[in-house]
Amino acid sequence: MSVALPDLNTMWFILVGVLFTGYAMLDGFDLGVGQLHLLARGDRERRIMLNAIGPVWDGNEVWLVTGGGALFAAFPEVYATVFSGFYIPFILLLVALIFRAVAIEFRSKQPMPWWRAMWDWSFFGGSLLSALLIGVAMGNIAWGMPLDDSGEFAGSFLGLLHPYALILGVTTVALFMMHGAIYVLMKTEGELHERARGWVNPCIIFFIICYATTTMATLIYVPHMTERVRQEPAFFLVALGNMLAIANIPREIHRGEDFRAFLSSCAAMVALMALFGLGMFPNLVRAVPDSANSLTVYTAASSQKTLGIMLNIALIGVPMVLAYSASIYWIFRGKVKLDEMSY
Amino acid sequence: MDVELLSRIQFAFTISFHYLYPPLSIGLGVLLVIIEAAWLRTRDPMYHQMARYWTRIFALTFSMGVATGIVMEFEFGTNWATYSRYVGDVFGSALAAEGIFAFFLESGFLAVLLFGWDKVSPRWHFFSTCMVCFGAHFSAIWIVVANSWQQTPAGFHVVEHLGQARAEITDFWAMVFNPSSMDRLSHVLCGAWQAGAFLAISVSAWYLLRGRHEAFARASLRIALWMALAASALQVVTGHSSAVGVARNQPAKLAAFEGHYDTGAHAPIYLFGWVDERRERVVGGPRVLGGLSWLAHGRADAEVTGLRAFPREDRPPVALPFQAFHAMVGLGFVLLALSASAVALMHRDLLFQSRPMLWAMVFAVLGPQIANQAGWWAAEVGRQPWIVQGLLRTSEGLSRTVRAEAVLASLVLFTAVYALLFAVFVYLLNDKIQKGPHAGDLVPTGKLALPERGNA
Repeated sequence: MSVALPDLNTMWFILVGVLFTGYAMLDGFDLGVGQLHLLARGDRERRIMLNAIGPVWDGNEVWLVTGGGALFAAFPEVYATVFSGFYIPFILLLVALIFRAVAIEFRSKQPMPWWRAMWDWSFFGGSLLSALLIGVAMGNIAWGMPLDDSGEFAGSFLGLLHPYALILGVTTVALFMMHGAIYVLMKTEGELHERARGWVNPCIIFFIICYATTTMATLIYVPHMTERVRQEPAFFLVALGNMLAIANIPREIHRGEDFRAFLSSCAAMVALMALFGLGMFPNLVRAVPDSANSLTVYTAASSQKTLGIMLNIALIGVPMVLAYSASIYWIFRGKVKLDEMSY
Repeated sequence: MDVELLSRIQFAFTISFHYLYPPLSIGLGVLLVIIEAAWLRTRDPMYHQMARYWTRIFALTFSMGVATGIVMEFEFGTNWATYSRYVGDVFGSALAAEGIFAFFLESGFLAVLLFGWDKVSPRWHFFSTCMVCFGAHFSAIWIVVANSWQQTPAGFHVVEHLGQARAEITDFWAMVFNPSSMDRLSHVLCGAWQAGAFLAISVSAWYLLRGRHEAFARASLRIALWMALAASALQVVTGHSSAVGVARNQPAKLAAFEGHYDTGAHAPIYLFGWVDERRERVVGGPRVLGGLSWLAHGRADAEVTGLRAFPREDRPPVALPFQAFHAMVGLGFVLLALSASAVALMHRDLLFQSRPMLWAMVFAVLGPQIANQAGWWAAEVGRQPWIVQGLLRTSEGLSRTVRAEAVLASLVLFTAVYALLFAVFVYLLNDKIQKGPHAGDLVPTGKLALPERGNA
């Protein structure tokens, strides 16, 4: 049996998916830490929370920037339609990401309590809103967007806030919060660590409720997202893997294996994104009401030549990125210690 | 106001605000590499203190650059969707390369630069500093390549896709090395080095005037002044070759820079002046006859194309590019003169006592900032009415589905947020400057304290 390489368009569908999955796994815990930030007691604990993500959050956000750049380069029609269609939510996402970023940088630069409280709330609000908006955008992509026959967005801002999109928004918040709580467990010790242990179980329960709701809503109201799995039962293994990974999280937490719980949480994210990709392919944006207007990996892509050039760039660049990202995480492994250069 | 004007104002505002910071990061990055190299070589704890201090300033400018940088990437899609469809194949590739090659490098090693002092060896730390500096330069390369392609498109063909025209790459390297990219890149980098060097000069001069941290300030000033002089001298060269390129590739833009309306030989340059766009002439100001012909084409009697040679709908605005261009060039020479005379004074050991000179250097920090902004305004407004020179008009690049009210709302939001950020940035920068270098940084700690050559 020979396996044919997928065509360039499909490879870029996968690569863009890989970049956004990397973003979810990495910046996901940053945004989760931000959502939990106000639960930490006292200034020292909040500084430890910040410094748990201090050296890495900036690099993690680059996965979003590069994912966006790859989408722009590989599927410009999708980039144009989605970004102009989501004008208001994406501007709000930008503002949320800006406040998240500068709050981390500015908070500990001045000792005044009002100053620190202001940036604590910015950090919390920016992280929460970012996660929510990313989820709402994903929800709309899964549900389908109103597109006209020239591939332009034909809906309204309020139309983007339908119940399914909001459910996905809340699910994303819950997912990142759980992911962040587990990350805090890994990076802290002592009192804060014990307190974080108390956050993890409610976070897991909150996520599982959201996950079950999303799954049900998808099966009932968004059947096209599950069609490929129905046609090709082998793909059910991905759904199974997803459920097992999620089920493994509380098990590892119970055994005190925080790192393995974190890996399970990452695996669950990979599986969720894989299910999302399987549901979408070959569409990148499914058009409603007339699915003939959908933007697919073939209609929305750049030229074959450009996809080929970009693949070479990715083949050179991605291994380098993985190598030094891994060494950065290795250098900053272990529990957080505050020092003079800390936030 | 219409959606085109609002979108242009928003993009100009967000990118101008963003561009306050990356040049500082690039320039300070070079400064950090020099200082850390000096520390590794001499083991003089003063250099360690300097590296620590300028890293703190660097971190502040870098974080502002990161926070405001992602906005433009989104705006290509949100406000300029039709442009994105047209150029995605070309422009998007450069942007993606920037993410993969530059941003990951920068942000990854930044962690070691900022937080790794006690975790890695001095050599490893120095390597990280070099990588951050290298990454910052790499990001400048790709974004200037992308922008230069808009000025002088090359290595592409226009094909129909989904019923609309779009540009597709035919030759990647011709796209990267399009006729203006290397001239403009060197010009941008020199401007960035000047920005970083003059910030260090300004802070150090201020310490000397106040009689604080004098040893530290002298050492910083020495390095930064040499860097400023080198960058300012090179800037004249790159500026000239950029202008020659503009004359060759974008004659309408060059004509706007000098308010040159009638095609002809012995074209003049103005030292300053005022453009009367209605009567199509430059009012007042000393001028050098034949100066423009000579600078642009190497001969005083060479013919320079004037604005009247272009149909009215293809002409750029003139008054703004004229003033911005002249401000940039004028400031460039002021900065060169200032850094050259400061280096000369320093050589005779007169600089550190000369209060007028030190005051001039305190305010010189504004010079590169204003010149960098003015240069970009001249370049971008001078390209109008095109968003991609000769191929796509700015008015044709807008998002078709976004309405004016939405853009007005986002513009108001960005204005409010950026006003707050700028106030906080200035407050924190001033605070760091007032506090000065930490005395404790004269004693390296952690792994840095370990003797590396086994002689301690």
